[in-house]
Amino acid sequence: MSTAVGPVDDARARPSDALVQWARRNGWTVSLLGFFALLLVFTKLIQPNYGVAGVQGLAISVLPLALAAAAQAVVVISGGLDLSIGSMMALTSVVAAVLMKGQPEEFGIAVVIGVLLLGLLLGAINGSLVVITRVPDIIVTLAMGFVWAGCALLVIKTPGGAATKWLKELVLGSLGVEWIPKAAIALIIVVAVVWIPVRRSTLGLSIYAIGSNRLAAFRSGVPVGRTKIAAYVLTGLFSALAGLSLTASTGIGTPVPGPYTLLSVAAVVLGGVSLAGGRGGVFGPIVAVLILSLIRTDMTFLSLDTNLAIVVQGIILIGVVMVGSFIQLRRTRA
Amino acid sequence: MTVTTDLLLEATGVAKTYGAVVALRSASLAVRPGEVHALMGANGAGKSTLVKILTGAVRPDGGRIAIRGRERMAHSPAEARRNGIVSVYQEPALIPDLDIRDNLRLTETPVEPFRHWLGELGIGDLDLSRLARQVPLASLRIIDLARALAIEPDVLMLDEMTAALPANLTERVLEVIGRQRGGERSIIFISHRMIEIAAVCDRATVLREGATVGVVDIVPGAEERVVELMLGEIAKDTTDGGARVASGPRPADARPRLTARELSHGTKLQDVSFDLYPGEVLGVVALEGQGQDELFDILAGSDRPSGGELLVDGAAVSFRHPADAIRAGLVYVPADRAEALLMQRSVRENIALPTSAQIGGWGPINLARERRVVDGAVQQLQIDSRAGGEVRRLSGGNQQKVTIARWVAGGVRTMLCFDPTRGIDIRTKQQIYTLLRDLAEAGAAVLLYTSELKEIQLACDRAIVIFGGRVVAKIEAADADEPALLRAAYNLRSDAQMPEEVAAEIVAAVVAEEAAATPDAADREP
Repeated sequence: MSTAVGPVDDARARPSDALVQWARRNGWTVSLLGFFALLLVFTKLIQPNYGVAGVQGLAISVLPLALAAAAQAVVVISGGLDLSIGSMMALTSVVAAVLMKGQPEEFGIAVVIGVLLLGLLLGAINGSLVVITRVPDIIVTLAMGFVWAGCALLVIKTPGGAATKWLKELVLGSLGVEWIPKAAIALIIVVAVVWIPVRRSTLGLSIYAIGSNRLAAFRSGVPVGRTKIAAYVLTGLFSALAGLSLTASTGIGTPVPGPYTLLSVAAVVLGGVSLAGGRGGVFGPIVAVLILSLIRTDMTFLSLDTNLAIVVQGIILIGVVMVGSFIQLRRTRA
Repeated sequence: MTVTTDLLLEATGVAKTYGAVVALRSASLAVRPGEVHALMGANGAGKSTLVKILTGAVRPDGGRIAIRGRERMAHSPAEARRNGIVSVYQEPALIPDLDIRDNLRLTETPVEPFRHWLGELGIGDLDLSRLARQVPLASLRIIDLARALAIEPDVLMLDEMTAALPANLTERVLEVIGRQRGGERSIIFISHRMIEIAAVCDRATVLREGATVGVVDIVPGAEERVVELMLGEIAKDTTDGGARVASGPRPADARPRLTARELSHGTKLQDVSFDLYPGEVLGVVALEGQGQDELFDILAGSDRPSGGELLVDGAAVSFRHPADAIRAGLVYVPADRAEALLMQRSVRENIALPTSAQIGGWGPINLARERRVVDGAVQQLQIDSRAGGEVRRLSGGNQQKVTIARWVAGGVRTMLCFDPTRGIDIRTKQQIYTLLRDLAEAGAAVLLYTSELKEIQLACDRAIVIFGGRVVAKIEAADADEPALLRAAYNLRSDAQMPEEVAAEIVAAVVAEEAAATPDAADREP
C-alpha cells in the first residue's frame, strides 16, 4: 500500500470543461435566463407592439432595483442582511441631486465620486455597528435604515434637485444599435468593474467563507469581523450606485425611500442566493429583477387589476423558490 | 521561570476561566523539536482549552507561551500560523460552499506540496474542483491534515485526527506522523486511542482538572502510568477492561423486540436481517460506509427503506417520521451530539424535551413531573452540571450523557446508539458502557454501532458484522476479540486466504496491540 501514491500533477481543466462546470455551478442563473427569454417571447405574443421602446423602458426602470439587488446579494452571501438599502439609496440620491443642481458639468464628476465615497462610509458604519455591537444584522440595519431615511429628509424636504446632463445621458437612450440600451451597458460595466475583481480576490473568498461557515473561516485564519465590514462597505457602494441611477433616470432626488429594500430581498432569494449565506452570486439576483419587472409589465398588458398583480407577484416568488428547492432536493438525493 | 532555548514550544502556568467554571488552572507543556508529543487527559481536563489558547482561538487569563525561547502569544489563528503553529481541529475547518482549490487559496496554501501530502496520505486522486460539501467526512479530515502539512509549520497540532477515519486511512496518517519524528517539525497529538499514542508518540503530557500532572516518556508499558495520571484515583476501575461475563442463555420463548428482515436502501444497504431481544446489547460492526448509516436512519425513522420489513414486538411497522419510531419505542443516540441536542438551551430543557413535550401535543407542561424526571436522570448518569446553563458549554462526554439521559428519563424500551463514544474520554466511555448494560439488565433492548472494535466485548452480548450492505457474520461476545471482528469486517472468513495488503493492515494492528500489551513483543514490530 505504501507505494500507491496518487497522481501528484495538477490536472488542469480544459476551457470547455470549465464552461460546463460554470454552467453546472450556476445552473440556477442559467435557468433564470432561460425563463427570462421565455417571458420575453410571451410578452411579444400578448403585445405585438413590444419592441425597442419596451426594452429601453425595461432597462431604465430596472437599473436602480438591479443595483439594489446586487447590494443585497453581497451582504447576504456574507451571512448578513441589510434592511437599510432603500434608505441609503434615497440619501445618496438626494445628496447627488442637491449638489448637482445649478452646477457646471465638470463639478458633477466630483459629486459622483463624493456620493460613491458617501456610500462606502454608510456601509462602513452599518458594518462596524454590526461587528462591534454584536447586535443582529437585521436590527442594526433596520434602525440605521430609519437614520439614513431621516438624513435624506434633512437634506431636502420634497423631491427636488437636478441631475447633470452627462449623468442622465449615461443611462438614457441607446448605444449604436437601438436594441442595446445604455442603461444595460451601464449596469453590466458597473457590476463587472466592482464585483468581478472582488469575486476573484481573497476578499471575495473570505466573504463566501464567513457566510458559509463562520467558525471554519475563523479557524482558516480569515479575519471574520473585517470581512463582514468589507461586505457591508460593498453593499453601501452598490446602494450609492443605485441611488445615483435613481437620480440619473428621474433627473431629481426623492427623499422618501422606495420599495427597494424588500424587493431586493425578494430578488436575492429568487436569484439563487441562500439567505443562510455562502451561496450564490450577484448575477442571479439581477436576472431575477428583470423577471420580476417584466412580469409586472405583462400584467399591465393583460390589463390585470394592479392589486391582483401584486398578489400574483408574491405567489410567483414562492412558487419559483419552491421549485428551486425541490430541484435541489432531487439532486442531493440522486 | 527558566528560559530553555532548546524547546520548540513552551507553555507555562496557562490559566483560563469561563465565568464560574475553571477550564485551566495551571497547564504547562514543553515540546522539543522533532518529537511527537501526546496531550492527554479525561473529559474536561482542559485539553481543548489549551489547544484553543495555543492556536489563538481563545485568550488565556494568565500564563506564558514561548516559541524557540521567545515569548509569542497569538491572538488569532492567523497570528498563530505566522508564529509557526498550525492546528487540525476535530471538526473539518473547510468552507463547505467553496471548492477545495478555493479553500487552499483562502489559507494561502501552496497547491503542489498539498498534492504531495494528499498522495502520501492515500487520497492523491482527489478532484480539487469539488465543493467541500460534496467530499466525505473522512476525506475532509485528510485534506485538513494535508493542508496543514503543506504550510510547513514548526508545530502541528492534531486534535482527535483519527477519530472519524476508517482503518486504512488511519494507518496512512499514523505512518506520515511517525515519519516526522526526528525532523525539524514537532507534532502535538491528541487522541483517546492508546494504541496510536504508543505507536507514534515520544512523550505525553497528562492534564487533569485543568493542570498538568505529569510528563511520561512513551516506552512499552507507559500506558499504565499515563492512565494512572489521567484518571487519578479511579484508574483501577477502568483499566481492567477484560471480556464481560456474558449473560445467561436467552429463554427459548423470548420474542424479539425488534426484527429487521432483508432491509435494503438504494445501493448502500443490500440485505440486512437481525433480531434484537429485550435485555441484550447487540453490537453492529462495520468499516466506514458499509451501510450502517442508512440502517440507523431507517430504524430511527429518518429515512424509509426501499425494501424489506421492520417488526416491533412482532408487528410490522412503517416509520414516516422519527416521531413514529419514538412512539414505537425506538430512540436514537447519534455520534454527533449537535444532531441531538439544543445546544443553546439548558441541560434541563434538553432532557425534558422528549418526555414532557408530549410528541405531537401543544398543551401545558407538567413542571413538577418534569423536575422529578430530569433530576433522576441527571443523578443516574452523573452528569456534570457545573455550568448548569447551556449544553454547549459542557464537554463532549457530558453532552453525550445528556443525549442518553433524555431518553432514559422517559423510560427506554429500545435504544439505537450510533457510535455514542466517538471522541469521548475513557472514564465517560466506561460510564456509558455500564449504563447501556444497566439498561439491558432492566429489560431494554440496545443496538450499538461502534467504530472501536474493543467496545464490542466490553458492552455487547453478541455482534453482527455488516459489509457491503449485508450482514456477513454473527459473533458471540466471547469470540468477538479485535482480530476476529476485523477479519469479519473485511469480510474474510478465518480460513480464507487474505489479500496481501489487508493482511498487512491486520497484522500491523495486531502487532501494535500486542506491543501495547506486553513489552517484549515490541521488537517484533517492523
